[in-house]
Parts: sequence; structure tokens; C-alpha cells
Amino acid sequence: MSNPIIYHLHDIAKSYRGRSTPAVLVPGVMEIRRGEICVIVGPSGAGKSTLLRILGMIEPPTAGWLMFDNQRYDANTQPALSYRRRVVYLFQRPLLLSQSVYDNVNYGLRVRGIKDEQNRVQRAIAQVGLQHLTHANTRTLSGGEAQRVALARALVIEPDILLLDEPTANLDPANVEVIERVIRERNQQQGMTIVLVTHNLFQARRLAQQVGLMLDGKLIEYARASAFFESPVDPRTSAFIRGDMIF
Amino acid sequence: MLWSVILLSLQVSGLALLFAAFIGVPFGAWLALTRFRGRSLVLAVLYTCMGLPPVVVGLMVYLLLSQTGPFAQLQWLFTTNAMVMAQTAISTPIVAGTVMAAVSGVEPDLRRQLLSLGATPLRAMWDVIFEARFGVLLALVAGFGRNISEVGAVMLVGGNIEGFTRVLTTAIVLETRQGKFDLAVSLGLVLLGVSFLVNGLLLVLQTRTNGVWRAV
Repeated sequence: MSNPIIYHLHDIAKSYRGRSTPAVLVPGVMEIRRGEICVIVGPSGAGKSTLLRILGMIEPPTAGWLMFDNQRYDANTQPALSYRRRVVYLFQRPLLLSQSVYDNVNYGLRVRGIKDEQNRVQRAIAQVGLQHLTHANTRTLSGGEAQRVALARALVIEPDILLLDEPTANLDPANVEVIERVIRERNQQQGMTIVLVTHNLFQARRLAQQVGLMLDGKLIEYARASAFFESPVDPRTSAFIRGDMIF
Repeated sequence: MLWSVILLSLQVSGLALLFAAFIGVPFGAWLALTRFRGRSLVLAVLYTCMGLPPVVVGLMVYLLLSQTGPFAQLQWLFTTNAMVMAQTAISTPIVAGTVMAAVSGVEPDLRRQLLSLGATPLRAMWDVIFEARFGVLLALVAGFGRNISEVGAVMLVGGNIEGFTRVLTTAIVLETRQGKFDLAVSLGLVLLGVSFLVNGLLLVLQTRTNGVWRAV
């Protein structure tokens, strides 16, 4: 039996100032199921991050609507804090405060008024392998370490949905391995729903249960990972999987 | 006499800085973090106010508090209240403009990241301001420097009354006019020393909040 639907997107479009017509990101319907890892692939500028920001309720869609756990969200809706707090969006660049690693990872608990009585912060830091840097200032971290701190900061809250925008872009294989391992662990152990955007097809193969391909600001194919990689419907998906130059 | 003049200078300029910070820090941060129609006009006015001639501010405050002004009933003219009011008007745009520049320098997506981590809009704004704390401290240093060294406005609205509204800058003007150059120079050195001490204190505070020295 398949998992219940957590996100239901309907004709989502987004436009920015200076562009006359809204770009249709999701024509028709797209659904994301609870407890799955959904990976959106596509070249740079395809609209992947925009779609992810809409899922994270950081930006409203210009047209269309989405249902998040039976709560409708559209251009005219401000998401309630209680809903917003169930979803965490992680920007591509690790946006850390100039404080210690501990204070950064503790941030989500602090703003919720939760005291870290069960060492959740320490456990999250340990999960990304940075316990030796717990009290280091984030300005002293490397790019990979900073990204791992950003991931730990999102995980400590234990959100229902984790949205990751190119979490391993420009990282070395060792850091990529840590981040992918943590993503898999949280998904398998806690049933955390994870939506991840990447232009790395190999990463999609390693992680995804559901895959979508975006090209030129539009979702052109969305399917189970096995069907997406083995029997894609759209010829552009086949070309993308083959590694042809499409954009 | 000297100590009372120094203390009054610190009291007037410090209080004015407090009011300027109370208004200027949130206003500057709000300007940095929001986009609205007419923002460019507000910025143009703010930048103009950052360079306001103190004597013009003094004149405006004088007119507001004079017998025919709208706030005559306060009877603040030639009191320290009027001096604080004038210096607040002078330093608020400086604090707001510098804070705006500092907060604008913080990564723009940081606020959205904090919101996504569950912060309320007010909490996220506060944390972004704290992230720009070195720039905010610089704004306070600049505001205090402007206040303590200002002479035109306090002379107009305070009147340089001995033991009542005389501060270091107005005392220097008086002693110079009377030809007591030695005393005027001494007072000038005291003014520099006071300014150095206060700024040094703020810099120590900056170093402590940072743990290590970092250029603004």
C-alpha cells in the first residue's frame, strides 16, 4: 500500500517582476507522498529551486495552488506558523549565524522555546560527524563542514518535510557521502519526507524513490525512480538520462 | 566646573544616542529588509538627513520650542531637554543609515532561512540585526561622535548657560571668544579624550561579543 499524499500541487506557476507571463512550473497535478525521497533533477535555471521554495512556503505561487496535509496554499494565502514549522527548507549555500556550531544547530529549538534536555543538538551534530567542532565558531568551518552544520540544524527540529536545494553542490566526495547517508538514515528511521533538488543524475539514482525532471521552467516528467530511469515517457528525459546536452 | 561640563556633555550626548538608537536601529533594519513603493524617496530623504547641518536642526528645534512654536508649553527651550532633542534629530539619520547599510550587507537569504527554521518574522529580523552587530555598533559610534562634537544646535537651543546647559563644545567656543586659548585647547583635548574613551569602550564591547577582533 502506498503512503498517504502530503503535497498535492495543481497547475503551479510563478512569475517574477520583469517577466510578462508566469512560468508554468507544474502543469497539471504533482503529488508527493509522505515518507518518500523525491528528487527533482534538471539543468541550472530550470526552475527547480523556485518549485522547492513554493513547497517550502517561502514564496507563494503566482497561479495555481498546493495542498499541504489538507491545508490549501496559494497566491493569497499566508501559511500559519504551525504549518510553516513542519517544513524546513535548506538553501543551497549554508546560511549560518556567526555563532558556535552548537548555537546554530540549537536555533530551531530555541525559537520554538524547546529546551535541549535530551541532547538532541549533540546527537544531530554527531550524526553529521562534527562533534569535535561543537564549540567552534562557524566562520572557521570549511564549505563542507558548514553544509553539514546547516543539515544538522534542519534535522534537530525533526520536521515532517525536509527540502534540500542542491545540498551537495561543490562538495568533495567525503562530504557528499556523509550528507547522503544522513538523508537516507532520517528517511528510513523516522520516515521523514525529503524533497531534494539536484542537477546530479547519479545522486538522484542513489537516493530517489520518486523523480521529476524540470526543463526550461517546467516539470516534464514525474515518475517512480525505476520507471523514470528505465522507461521514461518523454524523449527529453531519455536524452537527459543518456547525458545528451539538453537545456 | 570642568567635571560638571564633561558630565553634562556625556549625559546629553548619551541620552540623545539612546533615543537615536531606539528609533534608528529598527528603522534602518526595516529599510534594509523590506521593499515598498516610494522606498527610493525615503532613502534619498534619509541620506540627505545624514548630512543635515546641525545649525539648521538647531533652528528647527528652536522654532518648535519657542514661544510661538507648537511645543511652547513644554518650556524646554534653553534646557538640556532641548539639547537632547536636537542631538537626537541629528544622530538618528546617521544611526538609521549606517544600520541599514550594515543589515543590507548580511546575506539576503539568511532571514528567509531563519523563517524556514521556524522563527517568527520579528525574531528573524532581530537575529539578522544581531548578525550585523558590528555595523550596528559602528552606527552607534558614529552617532555618538556626531553628538559629542556638535556645537551649532546645542548653542542655539541650549544657550550655553553656565552650570546648566554648558557642554564641552560650547565651552570651547566661549573660551576662544574670550581669548583664553590655553583653556580652549585644554577643553578640546578633554573632548577628544572623552570621545576616545567612549569609543574605546564600544570597541571593547565589540571584541567581547565577537570573541575575536573582526573588521566591520
